[in-house]
Amino acid sequence: MCSRFLIKLVVGTTIIAQSACNWNPHTGAQPAEQPNRPGVIDSALDPGVDHSLVTTDPRAMAYYDNAEAVNTGKRLFQQYNCSGCHSNGGGGMGPDLMDDVWIYGGRLEQIHQTLVEGRPNGMPSWGGKVPDEQLWQLSVYVRSLSLPQTLAAETDNTPSQAPAPVPREVDQDAGWSPSPNTTNDYTSTIKGAD
Amino acid sequence: MRITALIISLAPVVALAQSIPSPVPENEVFKREDIGHALAAPTPEAGRTAASAANAPEDDGQWTMPSKNYASTRFSNLKEITPENVKTLKPDFSFSLAVNKGQEAAPIVADNTMYVVTAYPNIVYALDLTKPGAPLKWSFAPKPAPASQGIACCDVVNRGGTVDGGKYIFNTLDGQTIAVDIKTGKPVWRTQLGNINRGETMTMAPTVAQGRVFVGDSGGEMGVHGWAAALDENTGKLLWRAYSTGTDAQVLIGADFKPHYPGDQGKDLGVTTWPAQAWQIGGGAAWGWLTFDAELNALYTGIGNPGPWNQTQRPGDNKWTAGIFARDPASGSAHWFYQYSPHDEHDYDGVNEQILLDMPFAGTMQKVLIHIDRNGYVYVIERKTGTVLSADPYGPVNTSRGIDLQSGRPIINEEKQTKVGETVRNICPTASGAKDWNPSSFSAQTGLLYIPHENMCMDWMSAEVNYIAGTPYVGAQVHMKPGPGGNRGELTAWDPVQRRPAWVVKENFPVWSGTVVTAGDIVFYGTMDGWFKAVHARTGELLWRYKVDSGVIGQPISYKGPDGHQYIAVLSGVGGWSGAVVSGPVDPRDGSAALGMVNVMSDLPKYTTAGGTLYVFSLPH
Repeated sequence: MCSRFLIKLVVGTTIIAQSACNWNPHTGAQPAEQPNRPGVIDSALDPGVDHSLVTTDPRAMAYYDNAEAVNTGKRLFQQYNCSGCHSNGGGGMGPDLMDDVWIYGGRLEQIHQTLVEGRPNGMPSWGGKVPDEQLWQLSVYVRSLSLPQTLAAETDNTPSQAPAPVPREVDQDAGWSPSPNTTNDYTSTIKGAD
Repeated sequence: MRITALIISLAPVVALAQSIPSPVPENEVFKREDIGHALAAPTPEAGRTAASAANAPEDDGQWTMPSKNYASTRFSNLKEITPENVKTLKPDFSFSLAVNKGQEAAPIVADNTMYVVTAYPNIVYALDLTKPGAPLKWSFAPKPAPASQGIACCDVVNRGGTVDGGKYIFNTLDGQTIAVDIKTGKPVWRTQLGNINRGETMTMAPTVAQGRVFVGDSGGEMGVHGWAAALDENTGKLLWRAYSTGTDAQVLIGADFKPHYPGDQGKDLGVTTWPAQAWQIGGGAAWGWLTFDAELNALYTGIGNPGPWNQTQRPGDNKWTAGIFARDPASGSAHWFYQYSPHDEHDYDGVNEQILLDMPFAGTMQKVLIHIDRNGYVYVIERKTGTVLSADPYGPVNTSRGIDLQSGRPIINEEKQTKVGETVRNICPTASGAKDWNPSSFSAQTGLLYIPHENMCMDWMSAEVNYIAGTPYVGAQVHMKPGPGGNRGELTAWDPVQRRPAWVVKENFPVWSGTVVTAGDIVFYGTMDGWFKAVHARTGELLWRYKVDSGVIGQPISYKGPDGHQYIAVLSGVGGWSGAVVSGPVDPRDGSAALGMVNVMSDLPKYTTAGGTLYVFSLPH
């Protein structure tokens, strides 16, 4: 079955083919390892409290300040055809990933959750089809795309070719509110969100 | 003081966009006189170019199919609006489509009702033209699968529906063809044809003839196994489906297949002109115009690009992509095929419109189809046999040095062939072509085609790409740039008999709207920065323009209202491939975004915002 939909064209494809073939669609309801606690919060609204809650995923910690993970993520971003939709962060078939708008949350845990689960308006679900470590590597590359250091390294109208490692401190907030060093102009961070 | 404030307020907006790259130098492209070829010299004295009555019946003032008639002239015989009075043209009513994505559809007018289908989520509106303000009669929401948005290569567009037999027939992004009862707004049938998990969407406008609905898929950037199909108009039942690649049986090639050129003759070329298995994911989507020929009882189906864009993964001619079939409408079986771009290396789909005309050539009247291809050439093809009579460049071309009329093949310019890991610069035309899907019009009064098109080139670097079903299958980094002169678009009035332009209007942005030409000798078209324009059909002189709410990429029409007056209708709403930088969540700082289009369109957000509105114009009366 898998060979029909997954034709091996380069050596790098082998990983995809194997993971896809090992994945059983009938028992695949548990797409990725889940920590024994409520999932990552993907909303800035928390009824009953007057501030946005932040949940962390301990698995994320290994990928902050990790240059190797970001660079591996950059390679995987091409191999899994993420770039086909999101280009080099500027988007196309899918949304851009290099600005300050995060439809489903911009913290590392939230990006990972989006990759695992997929999203209704066209984002495929990758949980169980790609090793979870690779999903984290992809997530941290995506998180890096909007960092000022990554944007500054743009060459030849093509950003994201030299992605900076993601510092732990950039994800201290909930992924929805303006980062501390900006003005209080909320509209500047919610434009285009839907 | 005021000036200073203005500059300060603009500065952050300007900083958003990259600068537009320099135009490709004039000496990088070939001259029309050097690479245009014809089998014979022009013989205009042999007769007047016109569509036949079978394919273009007398104009009844309605506009029931996007192409106006089977000949696809998009000519309106109404002449109340003239070059003299058009300056008084004013909006009569407008209607919000409630969808701010690229609106590429033609409004349809039948029995004093106007029908419009929007971009995803493909809502259909029916407006009553007999009442003031054209109130809504009904609307129909087909609710296509939201996930289909993620596999639409170039915005979530729809190119319109057709009214026939009491039904409005259209396609949805998630691969359905639906017939709606025009009295009630309720579906009569809906047929699922595409599978989004194989990358298949549908964006084209169906063609309806002889009780059959002809449709095709989109997804040439997703590794689809492209096809065209016919459905029963009354039931929606699938009558035949012809794949664009594969065995002769899959392609519906049989004993009747008599292609003119030797390169198209042989068994199972849809398999043997590909590496093993590659044809299964080789694209060839029939996402553009399917043209029915009532005179010769044929269906012409333009076929899209082969996939992936990285041509090194698919050595061979890659039949039957980037070309055109003539088929039997009843069985789908192929009569002939011609390949505009064998082994396409530049995303030159063959899906643009076919205009069916009787034209003087070599001293006699010939039954021709005129096709204005992405690869930069206007083809005049004798449509009984599929013989190319002439092929002339109408935009910037350097990927080929003309079309060899003996073999039918382009004479490839090796310098602009694409490579893995190496950027080839200043390739003309660009991936979206010297012209994309947006259709031309033809007036027998002037003998001219009115071609809305692009003047753009590109840098291209191929890269190995993996096939993963339901994801893009492209394998190229593209950065587009303006063609010679720097104007990114043109409206060209083309004389197909003399094989040269009569006049050209230059536009800053690519002209991504269709055109309509009227018996009043006026051509209407829209620009991506939101001007809807009227120009003189004989000179190109700008006669009138009106600023609409968003850029125009739709297909304008002309119809007679219930009051007997002439009306002009068009949708605004920028988007599509070229406008994705406005309609999509696309960041103008990434030139490679939207398949490289953003590199050349990053300033568009300074000129227009997303929108979606129907505009209808008339003279004061």
